[in-house]
Amino acid sequence: MGNRIIETDNLTVSYGSIAAVKVISFHVEQGEIVALIGANGAGKTSTLRALSGMTTYGGRVSFMGRDLRGVAAHKIVGMGMAHVPEGRGIFGNLTVLENLKLATWQRRDKKEVAADYDRIFNIFPRLKERRQQSAGTLSGGEQQMLAVGRALMSKGTMLLLDEPSMGLSPLLAQEIFSMLAELNRAGTTILLVEQNANMALRLADRCYVLETGIIVLEGTGKELIGNPQVKEAYLGT
Amino acid sequence: MKARLWPIILIAAGFILSFAIPYFGLLDLYVQMILIYICINIILALSLNLINGYMGEFSVGHAGFMSAGAYISAIITVKCLSSASAAWLFPFAVIAGGVGAALLGLIVAIPSFRTRGDYLAIVTLAFNMIIKSVLENIDAVGGARGFLGMDKLTTLPVAFFWTLITIWVIRNFIYSNYGRGVLSIREDEIASDLMSVNTKQVKLLAFVISSFFAGVAGGLFAHLLQFINPRMFDIIKSTDILIMVYLGGIGSIAGSILGATVYTLLLEILRPLEIWRMVIMPLILIFLMLFRPRGIMGLKELTWFVPVLDRINSNRGVKGIRKWFS
Amino acid sequence: MTYFLQQGLNALQLGSIYALIALGYTMVYGILSMINFAHGDFFMVGAFICFVVVTFMGLPFVPAMILSIIGVSLLGVIVERAAYKPLRQAPRVSAIITALGVGIFLENFTLALSPYPKHIPAIIENTSWTFGGLTISSLQVIIILLSLALMTVLHFIVQHTRVGMAMRAISWDKNVVPLMGVPVNNVISITFAIGSGLGGAAGMMYGMAYPIIDPYMGIIVGWKAFIAAVVGGIGNIRGAVIGGYILGATEIMVAAFFPSTYRDFTAFSLLLILLIVRPYGIMGKPRPQKV
Repeated sequence: MGNRIIETDNLTVSYGSIAAVKVISFHVEQGEIVALIGANGAGKTSTLRALSGMTTYGGRVSFMGRDLRGVAAHKIVGMGMAHVPEGRGIFGNLTVLENLKLATWQRRDKKEVAADYDRIFNIFPRLKERRQQSAGTLSGGEQQMLAVGRALMSKGTMLLLDEPSMGLSPLLAQEIFSMLAELNRAGTTILLVEQNANMALRLADRCYVLETGIIVLEGTGKELIGNPQVKEAYLGT
Repeated sequence: MKARLWPIILIAAGFILSFAIPYFGLLDLYVQMILIYICINIILALSLNLINGYMGEFSVGHAGFMSAGAYISAIITVKCLSSASAAWLFPFAVIAGGVGAALLGLIVAIPSFRTRGDYLAIVTLAFNMIIKSVLENIDAVGGARGFLGMDKLTTLPVAFFWTLITIWVIRNFIYSNYGRGVLSIREDEIASDLMSVNTKQVKLLAFVISSFFAGVAGGLFAHLLQFINPRMFDIIKSTDILIMVYLGGIGSIAGSILGATVYTLLLEILRPLEIWRMVIMPLILIFLMLFRPRGIMGLKELTWFVPVLDRINSNRGVKGIRKWFS
Repeated sequence: MTYFLQQGLNALQLGSIYALIALGYTMVYGILSMINFAHGDFFMVGAFICFVVVTFMGLPFVPAMILSIIGVSLLGVIVERAAYKPLRQAPRVSAIITALGVGIFLENFTLALSPYPKHIPAIIENTSWTFGGLTISSLQVIIILLSLALMTVLHFIVQHTRVGMAMRAISWDKNVVPLMGVPVNNVISITFAIGSGLGGAAGMMYGMAYPIIDPYMGIIVGWKAFIAAVVGGIGNIRGAVIGGYILGATEIMVAAFFPSTYRDFTAFSLLLILLIVRPYGIMGKPRPQKV
């Protein structure tokens, strides 16, 4: 058993009288890639939003051993959790560079920030070419790169990704996924929410399957790919 | 059947009281005056609620329509009619005022085909200021000095009668097919357009009805005060009406009635505070908004104002609030 | 011709003041999509602070200006925290109505303290220069140059500082900004401080140029500046400046060539026509609507 970075205990998220997440307990260990898969409305996005302090929730969430209750969203970022939201959340009126720069708000290590730009631009050479361009003019794939790059700029050691493949061509999605694998090898822990179960299961070390707000299955990626239930419901074969 | 009987009994009782109070002098004149004010304010709040609450626009120039009604009806009773005939023909003068205001409403509705939200708010705001400015420049109606000579024709029964008419018409409009169109514009204009709602026609109608009753309220107001000037109908008056609507709760007839009543009464109750009255009043308003951001009724409707067949889905307002969240 | 130029100068002066107020509306709108209807009254408070510090403390121009700006900035921040912030999740109109309430409160609170119009004593030695029939007063020069300076500072803050970057990001999508580690509430407070401060500066300058001040002066000036902001394209900083100058020019030119009672009528009609031609303002772009 490794070091549990994220641990939730009976997490619930409700909007008004509708419960989007009903009692979810799961954990993510250091260095893992964990995927949450499930259909629309299964509560995946709400779970991520609760983790990063974007919504109120019941139950307990801890991050690196610290209870996150009452910690403001921007402080959680400062603790090393970076969230790439649904729809990427690129600021189209800012330049690419400004988008990256904004994510360094919580950082005080000015020297390393400068080095990190180079690191990001090494991973995503295309962002380097377009760094003075307004981010709204980027293509979908480039925007996704920017979104991930931004999360890295906030010195995220824990990366939450909400549907990184959405709206991308299969080829581009593949590219993003292999990049995530690379980031993971370099030491970033990843929690991934995906509708594209096939790709997510291949990438992930472990996986949770959500259905209408509860975890119905869990296992390693390989186990679940072979699971007939998952095959029928999510892999479509 | 019982549910249907009660409103009728109440209306009848209200009518009898509205005649009896002035006739027997049951309440002193000051209190009667406040009651008439409440009636006028209910008409104003309800008519604005049609645009701001049900249609989801943000009109801030309602006093402009009111002034049109006030001036037109006052000119008719003072200049066109003798004192004796004015008393009898007063309802027609009020209607004429309403029609005049409705014509203006037609004009204001046209920009609403292209612009929405805050830009339409400006159109109505500018309209309010323009009409005030125009009135100030017409010497025939006294210019900035104002216009007087009206008899006091707005009595309690008259005001009560017009209030009932307003409630009745607006209720029936909202629950008609056009009314559903109005609501669908609030929820999603593009979608309702695609669903073959004639949004232009619906908007036009909503603006016409709303401004008509604002004009009616203006006519009643002019013949209560017996003196009007353009400054009475400036943006501050429009603000008052806005506050009544949102204080009561948008998209609710009961809310508008309550909002107008509470606001008018509060202003009267606080009168002994003199100059501090208008310091305390906005503080109360702010606290009310902080604790009940959706107004007193908060989108709920009193079942009496919902036609029997519509009662199943009586809280139809709830979803409409969504678009204000962004 | 000289007459025209002279009026042009007046238009620049009035337009500068409108532009400063319009900037306050536009900044708050850009960041919260909220119309701060109390902003016109912030402007009035600026004029009154100036009156107080000049009359009772005998301060000269620069300290009076700084105190007006700081005072109104503080007022803006306090109002935002106390009255608007609790309503951030509420329907948008609730905050608008609260803002109207705040405005009425400020007007009447000032009125209760100071029931009669006040006169701000002149604190700038009024020298004027004449160039071929064109008279320029020192006050005019100060107002125009100072406004331009303030606008330049604002432009710098918004375009070239970290806080400005956060403001622009919030105006694009305020839900994502906390995920960047940006404390949104602090940025909003700073926005209110800057926007209100500009309004305070405008109030102070207005009080210098037209020295009779009263608690209701903010209503009409405020609404007009709001219209200027919308005509320019609300939420757009350059638009607010352009709108302010257009409004100032229209008002002065109408008053110069027509009876002054036509001023409001013509100015508003013109603005209305502008809006009908360009429904989203001069600099504004319609955001694509989601279907």
